Amino acid sequence: MPAMLELDDIQHFLMTRPHALAARYEFLTFRTSEGGRQWLNGIIDTVGNAQAVKAADAADTRWVTVAFTWNGLRAMGVDEAALATFPDEFREGMAARAEVLGDEGPNHPDHWVGGLAGADLHAIVILFALDTDQRDRSAANHAGLVARCDGVEVLSSLDLAAIPPVEFSHDHFGYRDRLSQPVVEGMGDTPGPGAAIPVKPGEFVLGYPDEDGDGPRLPQPEVLTKNGSYLAFRRLQEHVGRFRDFLRQHGKTPEDQEMLAAKLMGRWRSGAPLVLAPQQDDPALGADAARNDNFGYKEMDPHGYAAPLGSHIRRMNPRDTAANMSRRRMIRRGTTYGPHLPDDAPDDGVDRGIASFFGCASLIRQFEFAQNVWVNDPRFHELENERDPIIGAHDGTFDMTIPKRPVRRTIKGLPAFTTVRGGAYFFMPGIRALRYLAAGGQ
Amino acid sequence: MSICDTMLEPGGFMSVRDIKPSAAALPRKDEKLVKGRYGSMMPVTPANGFTLIATIKPGCAPAIRAYGQKIEDTIRESPDALAVLRLHYLRWVIFDNDTRFMYIGIFDTDFDKYVEDAVMLFKATGITTIFEQLEGFPADWRENPAAFAAFCREHQAPSFMEYAEYPDVTSAEVIKALRVKGALSDMLDQMQ
Repeated sequence: MPAMLELDDIQHFLMTRPHALAARYEFLTFRTSEGGRQWLNGIIDTVGNAQAVKAADAADTRWVTVAFTWNGLRAMGVDEAALATFPDEFREGMAARAEVLGDEGPNHPDHWVGGLAGADLHAIVILFALDTDQRDRSAANHAGLVARCDGVEVLSSLDLAAIPPVEFSHDHFGYRDRLSQPVVEGMGDTPGPGAAIPVKPGEFVLGYPDEDGDGPRLPQPEVLTKNGSYLAFRRLQEHVGRFRDFLRQHGKTPEDQEMLAAKLMGRWRSGAPLVLAPQQDDPALGADAARNDNFGYKEMDPHGYAAPLGSHIRRMNPRDTAANMSRRRMIRRGTTYGPHLPDDAPDDGVDRGIASFFGCASLIRQFEFAQNVWVNDPRFHELENERDPIIGAHDGTFDMTIPKRPVRRTIKGLPAFTTVRGGAYFFMPGIRALRYLAAGGQ
Repeated sequence: MSICDTMLEPGGFMSVRDIKPSAAALPRKDEKLVKGRYGSMMPVTPANGFTLIATIKPGCAPAIRAYGQKIEDTIRESPDALAVLRLHYLRWVIFDNDTRFMYIGIFDTDFDKYVEDAVMLFKATGITTIFEQLEGFPADWRENPAAFAAFCREHQAPSFMEYAEYPDVTSAEVIKALRVKGALSDMLDQMQ
């Protein structure tokens, strides 16, 4: 009997996906607890719960999400004894975990933007909107609220919007996005063909059975942590000009370049997986949710002749070729920021990229594991000197091996296609917990 | 799988890479170490792994010894039972009149991953851990891999020197190389 999820108490963010084409993230600091509580009281009624957003029609815009850093919980007045019960990695924060995450060189927190590496980052508010006009209205409303709250300041904000063509979600490199997401048991969603069986809710939401049993002990007090999730935020700049130059440099024809882009990702830019479409792109397959995630590696592509062993999707989700997969899943949210760079335009140096959240119940077991072992381990799958070709920490000394017959192809010295420009660990409480915080821990 | 597949897959047939012995004089425990997920990372060394030395709870030595038979039986029935740990070798020793236990494990992954995988493995297979017979082992290890890692770290006796005749070769690579050798040998026999 699956556990009954309290969908009316869980924030909607990881459980549903509203029909939003734009968003704004605001990063806040609370100079006083009173100001923080005033702000939370002012916004709490707009925070969408999973049940309401799932049932909402297009006119319903209660799509606000609120989450706090560990320093933020302290700023809201949570007492020290309770704060001490949160896991070390969350207490330390993402910037302090740079060595674990591979955030070195240009990716180091010293170079992050928007005040995200500082101890005064306390909260994030995510404003989803139908379009950019609605987003700007929401932002103006929020600015009004912040102005009314003493000691609340916006450290920075980030505008996000789908880039053309908006008919399907994709990043600045042109790769179709949102293809492989875990299905949460108890949400009533049916897994698509090939998707793993539903994952226990406790892998993503605190207070429920997880893949190991009843779930870990909750940080205290339970009213604050039950129905909450951790969010690892990553702002990744995408160096589109560098990426396109790389494809041109290593691919003679447009077809070769498209194939190389596919080999880096493990999918064609259309979304069609190489395991199912190894020779040429199949855009209809890429767009077909019933088919585009229905594959494995162990039997279908053990040597990586289709999707290279080190390709991005093979690292981020090794499917049937890794142990304990059900304990490593995450729910990803987020979209692109910055302007679209037209295909024929030279790089204009503008910061553009993806700003994503990885939702999970354990940052160390899920997010940090993926980053540490799957993304940045040079010997992943017995490779010799590689990191994730898209999001790995690259300094020009790592390679990419593309298995093929009769001989494999190795590209030496992959450039960094992305740079980490910021990140943070947040805790996204349930609705009751928000009311508890807003009432000053009462 | 054809011999070509075995030889050409990445890591299957090693690229032209010098295989030469290496030895390393290693820093003391208190020198600066890289931060890992569960505390400071153990650096990857020529004979990478654990040397854990701990005191056995009074009277528990026979239980630890019996565990040896249990592992033998488990591996006979399911040879892949420990595969996730990516081990080369385990050596378990009881010494000092049944009062102390030494666990030497040579493996390919980093310390954190070994510990985390071990916790999941012990829980999944229902094997009660041998560590429960040791003084100071955290009672909540099942829920708390960080406490398990801390115990291992506290009881790790780091090497001051390690030597490898063939360094940086994983057990998976050794197995693949032997398969290639076997396939090549069969092929040569058939060509006669």
